[in-house]
Amino acid sequence: MSARRSTAVTLLSIAVAGAALAGCSSKKDSASADAVQVNASDSACELSKTTFPAGHVELAIANKGSKTTEVYVYAAGDKIVTERENIGPGTKATITAEIKAGSYEVACKPGMTGDGIRQKITVTGDGAAAKSDPRLEAAVTAYRTYAQEQADATIPAVQAFADAVKAGDLEKAKALFAPSRVGWERTEPVAESFGDIDPKTDTREDGLEAGQEWTGWHKLEKSIWADSKIDDGDKKLADQLVADLKDWQKRIPAAEITATGMANGAKELLDEVSKNKITGEEDRYSHTDLSDFAANVEGARKAYDLLKPVAAEKDADLAKTLDGEFDSIQALLAKYKQGDVYTSYDKVTEAERKTFSDAVNSLGEPLSKLAAAVVVQ
Amino acid sequence: MAAESAENAQPNQEAGTDAATDAADQRGGLSRRAVIGWAGAGVALGAASVGTVAAATRHSEDPVPAKQAVDIPFYGDHQSGIATPVQDRLHFAAFDVITTNRDALVKMLKEWTKAAAAMTAGREVGAGATGGLPEAPPDDTGEALGLPASRLTLTIGFGPTLFEKDGVDRFGLKAKRPDALVDLPQFRGDRLEAGRVGGDLCIQACADDPQIAVHAIRNLARIGMGVVNVRWSQLGFGKTSSTTPDAQTPRNLMGFKDGTHNIAGTDEAALAKHVWVAPGDGQDWMTGGSYLVARRIRMTIETWDRTSLKEQEDVFGRTKLEGAPLGKQKERDTPDLKAMKDTAHVRLAHPDSNEGLTILRRGFSFTDGSDGLGRLDAGLFFLAYQRDTRKQFVPLQTKLAANDALNEYITHVGSGHFACPAGVRKPGEWWGQALFG
Repeated sequence: MSARRSTAVTLLSIAVAGAALAGCSSKKDSASADAVQVNASDSACELSKTTFPAGHVELAIANKGSKTTEVYVYAAGDKIVTERENIGPGTKATITAEIKAGSYEVACKPGMTGDGIRQKITVTGDGAAAKSDPRLEAAVTAYRTYAQEQADATIPAVQAFADAVKAGDLEKAKALFAPSRVGWERTEPVAESFGDIDPKTDTREDGLEAGQEWTGWHKLEKSIWADSKIDDGDKKLADQLVADLKDWQKRIPAAEITATGMANGAKELLDEVSKNKITGEEDRYSHTDLSDFAANVEGARKAYDLLKPVAAEKDADLAKTLDGEFDSIQALLAKYKQGDVYTSYDKVTEAERKTFSDAVNSLGEPLSKLAAAVVVQ
Repeated sequence: MAAESAENAQPNQEAGTDAATDAADQRGGLSRRAVIGWAGAGVALGAASVGTVAAATRHSEDPVPAKQAVDIPFYGDHQSGIATPVQDRLHFAAFDVITTNRDALVKMLKEWTKAAAAMTAGREVGAGATGGLPEAPPDDTGEALGLPASRLTLTIGFGPTLFEKDGVDRFGLKAKRPDALVDLPQFRGDRLEAGRVGGDLCIQACADDPQIAVHAIRNLARIGMGVVNVRWSQLGFGKTSSTTPDAQTPRNLMGFKDGTHNIAGTDEAALAKHVWVAPGDGQDWMTGGSYLVARRIRMTIETWDRTSLKEQEDVFGRTKLEGAPLGKQKERDTPDLKAMKDTAHVRLAHPDSNEGLTILRRGFSFTDGSDGLGRLDAGLFFLAYQRDTRKQFVPLQTKLAANDALNEYITHVGSGHFACPAGVRKPGEWWGQALFG
């Protein structure tokens, strides 16, 4: 997984419109008349209205402060609905999102740190539901079921891994590490959408914020492989990992899932592969990157398969390309699988890594067009 | 500047039909300059400047202005970027085709052609950088927004491996491989690095603004994902050869003027004799095209710099300041080759020593930072166009590799050979049409 700050939760956010490069005029940069104005300064976060109808919501942000800021829309429990980082002093930005009825908070974070200056907002009615396609609703329901199944199957797997850690059995822990991550990796965007779970379970050492305690899979990975030593602290972390993942399992029914969010989530899974797995940075001690890689692709394919009936109707070429590219990359991965175990990534040559990289680009580029193909206009 | 523009627009009146079609194309893609209201006439000129290479490479009394307002025409009998006055910057990329699907490759070449026509006219790719759906990634990557086309040219070439790779004829093109598109021999002293050699396709992007050249390669590479990937690429700066003989001859990183006797982009007779493939030369699809040899030549800068001025001048056979042939006063004085050492670069490379043999050079300097030992990773990215590589670059380089005194300070580390077809004459035609069609 990536560093904490970059757990950009586009599973929920629908779109972040054109970056407002100063001095560069474009119709996308200027928000429409019924946009909610957000005046962000170093000490305030003022909204032109705090109650508005559900559906397509546009926030026109003006940073009037002296610090670079970021703006979040949070649902209950600080689940990120949409966000925009790096809004420079004196610049404007527009966020659009599909927001369902309910209570939310808008947070401006001058200096891009802390919990931010909060404003409560109320979104009324059922605007978002008005324009939906029943096939997409069915896809969302099916995807939620899939996410739940993955979480349900993960708990016993992670429990077995934790038990091996607590028994101090290095070899067994090594064997159970990668399988414990599969369900999580398949549905990672859902997990990331909760905001607070991913940093506890899946942060790499370089992703830690100042003062953050390192917990989760990758800390244990380092102890098992690099240090070859499991101490009492690790044993506690094993228990905590199980507890944190049970929290994830329990919260899936409440996850905000939309069709475009699924499509963006699928693209993000490929982005994850491209950024962290191809380079071998994800599982740098265990070299089990290909297991995570395969799970990311499987999860992306699941989301795509569910959206395909609608996507193929709008863009048949895209669907054909995606079918072919998913087949290709999965056939490539299959060559590296012996029984249930993937080839250790340190045994994968540079030339082979390039082949993987090509396959990821070949799939990732068309996959980035999936969201637009399932937008209900 | 206005007078200059008008003069340039003049020879293109006859291209009315093409211009109209091109203008129609423009409605689909926004001109970047129109976006910012930059010289409104630019749009009309971009459309009107469809013409011949001769029009584009007109004789000029002054060096080409760095920021010429007129775009280099994409459409023409020959590809632009060969006889075109050399721009300031280069981004060259060699690609591998990663699919075996011929239709997918053809489709990509058509998309590339459209994108190239747009970018060389200063327009955005596809629906633009901001013109598409907000839910979709933009078609154009956007870093060229607000910038003029900066005399961008995009030149495509086909490498030997496109026709046959490891004994496999992937695209049914084996019979169409030109005899002149040889596998380059190993020259003496070559130390080619696997990661900088070959390629099924290449694109040479030249522009006066590096951001424009990089934007072009980046967007073509993106369009090509799933079909091609970048095998290797090279950025270049400071043109080292000029195809405008009246302009100041540029210096290479060794500090010497190089390419004094280059073929002029306006010398139609010389171009026909030495650069453009003529009917009957071989494969018909290459008629009007040219063969490109690209070589990444690393200079051992540090040892060169501690070489005496006399030896430096002896090595080249020219004076450092004026660039005059040794024993002469002015750069363009006829060289007395016998006054130079047997191993002098100019003596060995001069047409008079090679039965009139010559090539069109279009190289750039490069500096890719430093190597692990703190030495400048720099040199010459040599680009040369010719009618038949077997009769031009190969014999010339064989001789230079064996004898050139310069070899003590240079090493060839990258290499590519490409068949660059004739130009795309009008909208609707596409790169490689004669080969694949």
